[in-house]
Amino acid sequence: MKKNNVFYQLLILFLTFAKVGLFTFGGGYAMIPIIQKEVSDRHKWINEEEIIDIIAISESTPGPIAVNMATYVGYKVRGIPGAILSTLGLMVPSFVIILGISFFYDEFIKIRALQAIFKGLKVGVIILLFSAVLKLRKGVKVNLTGTIIFASTLIISLVFSFLDTGFRYLSLILILLGLITGVVLTIIGSKKEKTK
Amino acid sequence: MIYFELFYTFFLIGLFTFGGGYAMIPMIQEQVVGKGWISADALTNFIAISEATPGPFALNISTFVGKEVGGVLGSVMSTIGVVLPSLIIIIIIAMIMKKFITNKYVKGALNGVKPVVLALILSTSLVMLIKVLFFRGTSLKGELEFDMKSFTLLIMISGYLFIHKKVMKKGLSPILLLGLSALLGLIVFY
Repeated sequence: MKKNNVFYQLLILFLTFAKVGLFTFGGGYAMIPIIQKEVSDRHKWINEEEIIDIIAISESTPGPIAVNMATYVGYKVRGIPGAILSTLGLMVPSFVIILGISFFYDEFIKIRALQAIFKGLKVGVIILLFSAVLKLRKGVKVNLTGTIIFASTLIISLVFSFLDTGFRYLSLILILLGLITGVVLTIIGSKKEKTK
Repeated sequence: MIYFELFYTFFLIGLFTFGGGYAMIPMIQEQVVGKGWISADALTNFIAISEATPGPFALNISTFVGKEVGGVLGSVMSTIGVVLPSLIIIIIIAMIMKKFITNKYVKGALNGVKPVVLALILSTSLVMLIKVLFFRGTSLKGELEFDMKSFTLLIMISGYLFIHKKVMKKGLSPILLLGLSALLGLIVFY
């Protein structure tokens, strides 16, 4: 098939992201080298600079970073069909593997040795979560407003957890408030600059 | 209807995820455990499995929860739900807003939401830790009971992690960390 054929490109996009889905653990940043190799070095659809833009946009838009990147690369290469096929490609391996495991999960979890393993894994997961906090912490600018937002969110969230209110939209509301606060602070900041 | 509810729930979660898969956990906990769809215990198990299998964590955990709640069709609905906001938003940005990331309001909004996400993940991990150490891992109610075994495990794994980082100059990969926890769990709890 010719290199510039639409179907060929769509197929390559699907396969590339299926490969990404199958061979990367954790998603997000682990995907970048494979995407670079396939899309930029091998097929020369997107240049290095654009890849950096795509990473930045994927980080700053809602949704899992891996999915954002797949969609963006797919769109750049072949428009909306490209976006859909790349995302589908990314989804398929995860979906099949997890579905396969889930069929055995209910039976497996009754085995005593596995229960012991999962008790150990629980501690591992908690440590992973704490290290995720440390990692994400590096991307946050330390300033007064940021610290206030961080501290108040932490206190509110902990209080709600201990009160066990059963309220299901707390995180969502706090995220929304964070976004609004950020925009309001920007508006105030630019007004101050104008009056100077 | 459960399928529509799964779709809608994971659509919301996808829409409000900023900064990668783990940012979803506080919301999944509220929505999915809060609705009584799965237990808190099952969720931590799913997190461990999702991290130890290939593919983006966000997709793995959505598929897993969907399957447990609504079978195969449920997992299709939750996975489509979680990717759809990304698909729509990214396509719109790629089409009309090329200057998106340099926009100062977008930057401002992100500066506002990052500390929130950080605090939410920290709060979730603190609560999980307290539950495991003092409340047999399920809820924050009931009698206090210090779990010496989990505590020992915690000290051993974080101790090893610390030494590994000092000696190897880089962190332990999540899969190796989980492998180590699984092995120690088997020894300590079986």
